Amino acid sequence: MNTLEQPRVWDRRRSEKKRRVALVDGLADGKVIPTGSIVAALESLIGCGDRVVMEGNNQKQADFLSRSLAKVDPQRVNNLHMIMPSVGRSEHLDLFERGIARKLDFSFSGPQSLRISQLLEDGQLEIGAIHTYIELYARLFVDLSPHVALVAGYKADRKGNLFTGPSTEDTPALVEAAAFHDGIVIAQVNELVEDESELPRVDIPGSWVDFIVVADRPFFIEPLFTRDPRLIKPVHVLMAMMAIRGIYERHQVQSLNHGLGFNTAAIELLLPTYGERLGLKGRICRHWALNPHPTLIPAIESGWVESVHCFGGELGMEEYIRARPDVFFTGRDGSLRSNRAFCQLAGQYAVDMFIGSTLQVDGDGHSSTVTRGRLAGFGGAPNMGHDPHGRRHPTPAWLDLLQTDSPLERGKKLVVQMVETWQAGGKPTFVETLDAVQVAKDTGMPLAPVMIYGDDVTHVLTEEGIAYLYKAGSLEERRAVLAAVAGVTPVGLKADPSATARFRERGLVAFPEDLGVERSEATRSLLAAKSVADLVTWSGGLYNPPARFRSW
Amino acid sequence: MEKLQFSFPAGPPAQGRVLAGVVGSGDLEVLVEPGQPGQTRVAVNTSVDGCAWLWQAVLERTFTDPGAAALAVEINDFGATPGVVGMRIHQALSELNLAGKA
Repeated sequence: MNTLEQPRVWDRRRSEKKRRVALVDGLADGKVIPTGSIVAALESLIGCGDRVVMEGNNQKQADFLSRSLAKVDPQRVNNLHMIMPSVGRSEHLDLFERGIARKLDFSFSGPQSLRISQLLEDGQLEIGAIHTYIELYARLFVDLSPHVALVAGYKADRKGNLFTGPSTEDTPALVEAAAFHDGIVIAQVNELVEDESELPRVDIPGSWVDFIVVADRPFFIEPLFTRDPRLIKPVHVLMAMMAIRGIYERHQVQSLNHGLGFNTAAIELLLPTYGERLGLKGRICRHWALNPHPTLIPAIESGWVESVHCFGGELGMEEYIRARPDVFFTGRDGSLRSNRAFCQLAGQYAVDMFIGSTLQVDGDGHSSTVTRGRLAGFGGAPNMGHDPHGRRHPTPAWLDLLQTDSPLERGKKLVVQMVETWQAGGKPTFVETLDAVQVAKDTGMPLAPVMIYGDDVTHVLTEEGIAYLYKAGSLEERRAVLAAVAGVTPVGLKADPSATARFRERGLVAFPEDLGVERSEATRSLLAAKSVADLVTWSGGLYNPPARFRSW
Repeated sequence: MEKLQFSFPAGPPAQGRVLAGVVGSGDLEVLVEPGQPGQTRVAVNTSVDGCAWLWQAVLERTFTDPGAAALAVEINDFGATPGVVGMRIHQALSELNLAGKA
């Protein structure tokens, strides 16, 4: 060893954190940064090129911190590498337009998908990768370890103890990654209290949190998972009846996740009516990894549901959940404790089935919500919408998909795509080539952004019928089976009627009549609740829908 | 607004009349009456222009049997998807079968 060499330094991150925290000594009162000083504080606490986690979740947004970060001087803070579960707000992208941030790693970008595409095209934004939720959290502990985490909660005390309320969502995963690798954790809260005794519960311990700032207004939260039963159409009811008979009942699906949409809302509302009549209560749909969908209330009230673990909260469901602690996961204070990281893991490893919708499906069953000019991202669907090869515990549904007698074959998770063959507005769902392929070429991505890969899809359900893809013996047969239910789309028009008849005989395809589903019964009168007001009635007045969902 | 006419080979005239669906946004009404012997005729009034090939494809799949009862079908469409069109026609036809047996 060369004795002239400087002794190696092992605590650069810790020293750097100490240096920055000392810079705001004069600004902060202990851990509390005054609301009006947040921009100045961020300019001291964040360095150029830092990896910054911004808590933009599916529902909860650290919007005071994101608006404040967009106001820092780009001369002082620039080239940030933003890591965000969800890019949902316009200021998230102002960061890039103003030159404060440069690179983006994210999961989901629903409402901002168009602008992300434009910024990318204009060279103002560079994308690391589009992730699934668990994948993004995982990278926070590997190669995307954050220098700063900006998060949101309802209340904090002066020691930094944080109460996130029902929308804990991503906060624990994001904070842990920063707090235990000398990152700086800054939390915005709606309310500051003096002491822990005034917090309903502690979701994040104060020793993990470096700074607290009271937001100028309560954090933004979006009721994303409320579907008004009035908008459920007879065709949704028909597809829901087919799902219950041809998938839930057939495979004895006891634990599941429902993607968002009117199709799955219709299934939830058919359990207490159609499902009850089929004698399925207690045999299917007992355990859920699900956001608190208001449309699940009638099934819960009718005794179908044993447990629901939630990714996030849902506005208006707070008091209902508080009154049903046997079903929902709640804190000692009685309010919901959601946790996206754990719920995603539950949806990946512990449920029998994922069922969801998508915008495009190709002839191989690959699906994507990325369409031309829109980089929508993935969110959590791919985590739940695949067969996790690390699973080992058997359940009746998982075993029901075995195709051979081999003692070495593994069971399979059910991954169901439930789509109408055409969408309103004249767009076919089944297409020759996913738009995602062209989007990848246009933006220089190494892979097309596929939501769920065809080889993970076990069933495709349309208004025409169900394709039992997992039973297909070859790739060619898979394509033909899928085409049989793809209607008059470019994919479906290739179907050969005589082949379809043979598939129906062999049980690879089922039409409504093969499942004992009467099309004439597919009316809205089968829905357990026909309006949001009906849901309120089912809940005994405990569900308190946001104003936009009230017609009264 | 577009008016379209289609015809398909069929057998003797059907018995009875039936109505399925409603002319609401994204939906359609299907009126079925007995047709002329040997031919099922479908008259479509649709709010969406330029989709004649799609109607042809949907109807072709339904009226495949040249021995089936001849119908006179009137469709009043307010932007229904092909899936909804297929479902409503099936509903009308299955009700007609029931009505015929009674």
